[in-house]
Amino acid sequence: MQILMAFITGLIFGLGLILSGMTDPAKVIGFLDITGTWNPSLAFVMGGAVLIAAIAFHFAETRPKALLGDVMRLPTARQIDRRLVMGGLVFGVGWGLAGYCPGPALASLANGGSKPLIFVVAMIAGMAIFEIQERCASAHKRKAI
Amino acid sequence: MIDWTNFTPWSSLAGGVLIGLATAMFLLLNGRIAGISGILGGLLRPIKGDIGWRVAFVAGLIFSPIAYSVAAPLPAVQIDISAASLIMAGLLVGIGTRYGSGCTSGHGVCGLSRLSPRSMVATAMFMMAGFVTVFVTRHLIG
Repeated sequence: MQILMAFITGLIFGLGLILSGMTDPAKVIGFLDITGTWNPSLAFVMGGAVLIAAIAFHFAETRPKALLGDVMRLPTARQIDRRLVMGGLVFGVGWGLAGYCPGPALASLANGGSKPLIFVVAMIAGMAIFEIQERCASAHKRKAI
Repeated sequence: MIDWTNFTPWSSLAGGVLIGLATAMFLLLNGRIAGISGILGGLLRPIKGDIGWRVAFVAGLIFSPIAYSVAAPLPAVQIDISAASLIMAGLLVGIGTRYGSGCTSGHGVCGLSRLSPRSMVATAMFMMAGFVTVFVTRHLIG
């Protein structure tokens, strides 16, 4: 049941991305182009999504369990460190270059031709580089101890 | 100056509401954060019993344009950059979202909704970097 719901959630999320215009890189870049001819549309995407999600989080924070029985997994990390800041900046540069962030890129694979595919393959490679680096770092730490 | 010809407040708001609904459903039913980079990136660190839902979520996302095209024609899409820049951008997005523990969905939608200071900082960082990057590529180099 959880797996079916994950599929349906991904599907609705993707439909929202397509309807909102997030899957059009030109529109995303138009939104980020505040010093040129700015297209404010995507502010409405964020506004609509945050409005609905905020209500759900308000309910979720008081519940120990989700409706399908799993524990409620809310993020617990609180520290604002170099990783968070640098990661955000690096992501933002890539986002501004291509006009794709992870969700819209995945939701463009089935109809967008080769360009979204190239982006997604490179993005997964980037995530793999992170994993390898993390594993090396933790192995290094174990050795040091 | 505002780009009025490509300004679509209503469809963008409606799309945003759908994204919000999906986020709300996933949180209340499955007890999880709908953060795309985390869901996808977690597949590269496979843990038994933690794979199925990730694959299902990603499959739903990938399937969404096919479902959309049944109901309405897909909106036009314009990608102006070269394959080499796409590879560069993809690498940066992959590395950055994993180091920063989130992307537009996890930090942007979920984090801002729960007023997480960490996510506010992350969102400010990627928005700022996005603004600067487009300024450089469009107005300084372009």
